[in-house]
Amino acid sequence: VVTPVPPSLDRRAAVAALLEDRGDLLVVTGLGSPSYDVHAAGDSDANYYLWGAMGSAALVGLGLAQARPDHMVLVITGDGEQLMGLGGLATIGVARPGNLAIAVIDNERFGETGMQESHTGYGVDLANVALACGFVAARTIHDMGGVKQARVELHEKASGPRLFVLKTTAENLPRSLPPRDAVHLKNRFRMHLGLPVN
Amino acid sequence: MGNDDQSIGSTHIVGATWPLQLYRELKAAQVRQVSYVPDAGHAQLIDLFRADPEVVANVLTSEEEGIAISAGAWLGGMRSVLLLQSSGVGNCINMLALATVSRFPLLMLVTMRGEWAEFNPWQVPMGLATEPALNAIGVRTIRVERPADLLETVASAATLSYEADQQIAVLISQRLIGAKKW
Repeated sequence: VVTPVPPSLDRRAAVAALLEDRGDLLVVTGLGSPSYDVHAAGDSDANYYLWGAMGSAALVGLGLAQARPDHMVLVITGDGEQLMGLGGLATIGVARPGNLAIAVIDNERFGETGMQESHTGYGVDLANVALACGFVAARTIHDMGGVKQARVELHEKASGPRLFVLKTTAENLPRSLPPRDAVHLKNRFRMHLGLPVN
Repeated sequence: MGNDDQSIGSTHIVGATWPLQLYRELKAAQVRQVSYVPDAGHAQLIDLFRADPEVVANVLTSEEEGIAISAGAWLGGMRSVLLLQSSGVGNCINMLALATVSRFPLLMLVTMRGEWAEFNPWQVPMGLATEPALNAIGVRTIRVERPADLLETVASAATLSYEADQQIAVLISQRLIGAKKW
């Protein structure tokens, strides 16, 4: 299966739209450009930016969603990062967290390493993988209307996890760098939730 | 469905009291989330956690997923434990950077294979590599050889992990668990 429509969304505009009026949304970002996109949309103590641990973002989101059923959790990651954690979609599908949504910013490229084509560029369909794993909703989005609809849905609890694939153009944008000190990010996130810092 | 391997594999730990004691110890340490790839040595503990409505239990496709889930749980204020077999430690190495660089509390209970009356040669390489590989990535290991030491060791590891932000793997020796019987 080849993607019928060439990716056309602007990633920064799409991520900003996902995070509009975010309220008490908790956000985990996958390494590379998704971390820069979320930072560019506005830094927040409720953001946990990953700078490594490729393949972990959705699962950090799962652990967080299970610990905080009182909050909605949004994971914003890239196609390459999610592909490395493909098995995690099965784990999340089984766990069925109704307060977890995953947005894959899919430019069909490994953007940090020279824009090599990823599996999604060769036709792998992450939304269908998620559906097959038991996600209650998953779809591929090609326009800003679809992004805005996803933004509404990710603030509503569901009967299980959701995944949105946002097809974005492949371009190297100016980097917007969040802090790299993971202990700082961890502590400020916990303080945001009123938790003690050890 | 006949699953002789599973029924025989769990026979050797029937009657062992340490899994129940271990469950109580982890409950006392306020563990509310458990992630696992099954191992015969952890079978009873997994059943106890799965039956506990106070605990969220996640079955994993691969062990490194549990490192990430545990980190997320800590961000949200929940204590997590990861149950795995020594062969699964090899799957975790890169992901352990998440725990060490962020200083996330991490408690791994590793049942050892490949070191005591092991019949399967495929278990031996990772059995040999488990402790040095964990140490090389920055995870502290504590070995338990005797049932009498297990509870105290796990309680100590829980304190080191959840109170002192350490990444700890308790290695439960194959001699303690008993060699897998076929």
